[in-house]
Amino acid sequence: MEPLIRIRGLSKRFGNGCNRCLSATGPEFETNMCPHCGSVVACNDVSFDLFKNEALGIVGESGSGKSTLVRLLHFEWDATDGSMEIQRNAGLDTMPELFADGDLYSRNLLGLSPFQKRQVRNALMGIVYQNPFLGLRMNVSSGGNIAERLLGAGWRNIGKMRKRAAELLEKTEIPLDRMDEPPKNFSGGMQQRVQIAKALSNNPLILYLDEVTTGLDLSVQARVLDLIRTLQSEYKLSLLVVSHDLGVINLLCQRTMVMKYGRVVEAGLTDQILQDPQHKYTQLLVASQL
Amino acid sequence: MQMHEWLEQEDLLRKKGDSIVGGYPYGFMDDGAKKDIRRSILKAVAIPGYQVPYGSREMPIARGWGTGGIQITLSLITPDDILKVIDQGCDGSVNAVNIKKFIQAVADVQITNDTLAATVVQTRHRIPEEAMSAGQILVLQVPYPEALREVEASEAETRRMHAEADYSRMWLYLYEDIVNYGEITISYRYPVTVNGRYIMDPSPIPRWDVPKLHMAETLFLFGAGREKRIYAIPPHTTVEPLEFEDHTFRVEDFSGKSCARCGATDTFLDEVIENAGGDRVHYCSDSGYCDKRSA
Amino acid sequence: MGYVAVKGGIEAIENACRLFAWERSKGASEPLAVEQIREQLYLAVDRVMGEGSLYAPDLAALALKQAAGDSFEASFMLRAYRATQPRIGYSLPGNTREMRIKRRISSAFKDIPGGQMLGATSDYTLRLLDFDLLKDDTARREAFRETVFNALPINAEIPDTLPKVIDILRHEGLLENAVDLASNDEPFDITRQSVIFPAPRSAALQSLARGETGGLLTLAYSSMRGYGNIHPTLGELRVGYVPLQISHPVTGEPYTVGEVKVTEAEVLARFDGSDGMPRFSLGYGLCFGQNELKAISMAVLDRTTRAEKPSCPAEDQEYVLYHTDGIEAMGFSNHWKLPHYVDFLSDLDRLRKAQSIAQQEECHADA
Repeated sequence: MEPLIRIRGLSKRFGNGCNRCLSATGPEFETNMCPHCGSVVACNDVSFDLFKNEALGIVGESGSGKSTLVRLLHFEWDATDGSMEIQRNAGLDTMPELFADGDLYSRNLLGLSPFQKRQVRNALMGIVYQNPFLGLRMNVSSGGNIAERLLGAGWRNIGKMRKRAAELLEKTEIPLDRMDEPPKNFSGGMQQRVQIAKALSNNPLILYLDEVTTGLDLSVQARVLDLIRTLQSEYKLSLLVVSHDLGVINLLCQRTMVMKYGRVVEAGLTDQILQDPQHKYTQLLVASQL
Repeated sequence: MQMHEWLEQEDLLRKKGDSIVGGYPYGFMDDGAKKDIRRSILKAVAIPGYQVPYGSREMPIARGWGTGGIQITLSLITPDDILKVIDQGCDGSVNAVNIKKFIQAVADVQITNDTLAATVVQTRHRIPEEAMSAGQILVLQVPYPEALREVEASEAETRRMHAEADYSRMWLYLYEDIVNYGEITISYRYPVTVNGRYIMDPSPIPRWDVPKLHMAETLFLFGAGREKRIYAIPPHTTVEPLEFEDHTFRVEDFSGKSCARCGATDTFLDEVIENAGGDRVHYCSDSGYCDKRSA
Repeated sequence: MGYVAVKGGIEAIENACRLFAWERSKGASEPLAVEQIREQLYLAVDRVMGEGSLYAPDLAALALKQAAGDSFEASFMLRAYRATQPRIGYSLPGNTREMRIKRRISSAFKDIPGGQMLGATSDYTLRLLDFDLLKDDTARREAFRETVFNALPINAEIPDTLPKVIDILRHEGLLENAVDLASNDEPFDITRQSVIFPAPRSAALQSLARGETGGLLTLAYSSMRGYGNIHPTLGELRVGYVPLQISHPVTGEPYTVGEVKVTEAEVLARFDGSDGMPRFSLGYGLCFGQNELKAISMAVLDRTTRAEKPSCPAEDQEYVLYHTDGIEAMGFSNHWKLPHYVDFLSDLDRLRKAQSIAQQEECHADA
């Protein structure tokens, strides 16, 4: 089976950089900041595939570069280097310019114009952040939050948008009589569920989950994770799950990458990584959490 | 000195002297400035609805009083032109009079109240009722060139939004309006999409005038002097008000009302309070057109 | 009531303009000579030249006379006059080290090379009304002049140049290095091009230099008072005349065409450099004439607007530059006096519609 997206050599550096940045940062140096020029190598030379309807976990502590990865793949930040190619699919039929004749994979999406990136994002991607303030407009109604993405995708019928918003809020277990209320009135768990509804509004192929349960009560966490699992199988989503919590990764993901100081130190099947960690950092991580 | 003496002296001085703004070049601005502005106009015409930043000059009329429109008019005008200036539809309104006085003094053009006789019409907040033709230019004065300012305060950010056609927040604003009030509450300055690309502020014209911009014969030039932007709608360009399939754009409702002077039932009407009891009477806002019909 | 055509507009406007001219002429006093304004109200003249962004003391004094003392109106006239003048060229970068100094102080050090020179300042005057000035006349002035000059040592010398405090700090590595500007680059000209954000520093400094004194003061004060965290030290404040040079059109040699009176302020605030080394950074202010409040405010705002992530209005470059131009702010605030009845009618239409929708919903609820 061919992967849905192929990521190769993805790197992000903050600062001007120097020719010693790469040789002086990473897990063996216990830092991602170059001691020579002060630049931060947030992630370096990350390559992986994401398959259709697969959940891939990225685990690591803060500063490991896992959230940077999501920001790059969601086109929020510009990568310093690397490529992202996507398999031809119906969602991109309106953008034939992305594919050379007959090619199965697109050209490098990271090199597109901001306008094209926005189109690709609207057509294919959804994201749920740890902080609902990043994903939601807190003063706009919950229905409006969902409508915003539909409007971005060209919907121009209020009735149809409200119908779609109601469906999604129902799926994410938000009472419909609160549809015209802004999320600022909601609890943390409810806000997270509105964020998920918003992320799903455009029928995405890929859903990025960035520490979505961090900061929620345990019982609320379980409910949100359960919801994500149900939605993944119902909508055939490919998930990229970023978390520092191996429990979350274990529950959602078939495959996992372990990151430290901007580098991937280990990758494989989640079960294998949890039962037989190879890298000493992974061993420490597993021992401390399970 | 008594006031009447002073006035007599003043009158004498005026009769003797030349123009009240002697010592200034034709068209007020220096030639370099006028060329600059014409170049910006050309760019604006080439990219319909796009706000072209330009080096706005100070006019002897205050910022916010039509300096953008005046600069466009002055950069285009020649002694052969015939100019009409209106404010709120009216040729005799204070601001229109003031602008005419200035332009006449520095550019020596003929003035008319007849829309169809003018080569250039400068306007604040209205488009004349009579359809203009291909040989004419309508110059609109613009206080807020940025249609997205309602939803985003930062200019750097709105420029990015235009560049990426990232308009979902503007549409969301309308969606929320409908959810909260049952319909779109924007009264004037109704945002439009030009040529299927840029969302544009049509200046504070009433909704009544918005359809006149669509596929028109005339060139529309918009000048925002204080905000230093020029934009344009060339002839035969699509101009569509933002609307939904199930909540369509509507103009002001004058049903059952007519002009108390000329009897028109198909014009934008000013509402005038007739007496302290609050009774209302209506007159055409386009005074030149009303004059023509009443003559 | 008849047709409200506002056709009396033309005559009414002309009469209003004449009435304004009459108001300032109607009194029994002698007409005010432009020369008197230039000499005796020189701080007002300086302010108008700065905000009008035209160095022309006589024209500024004329504008003040014509505007009956309104500094906004006077600056505005000067700017409008400026718009009619062709741009012949740009001067060479001036060097304030060559300033013919009238006043120069530093609050960073007790004493500085060349010394503190207080010059003419109202800073230490008691703000008591001087009722003697009610009897001001030529004889009194001559007597005053004599007391001033008699007390002066005859051969006191003022050096041609004075070292700058920031040069000393920079030499010791305490202050960030100067931005290296290629001197043959044409500066960004905000009167020819519209500023796009983030604005280059040359554009930002130009905008601030012709900003309105009160507006600059308000924003700078907000930052020092607590909405922001700039706690400036006044490295040096200078008032004096700077020679103005242009490149000779034929030989290309620098050629001095005159001098302008300016106020220059340099404020210091701590800042951590990208190399991790803490240093002072410099906020720079310079404006026409003697206007110390403006130069200091400008310097503070130059510094605050270099914040990477603005946390308050004074740190947001777009906010500061868009809202401190007095001519623009004044015109727009005044324009609300213009008729807006078409817009208002459109508003009424929407309001009535919204009310009828609300009423229908109420009826529904009652039923």
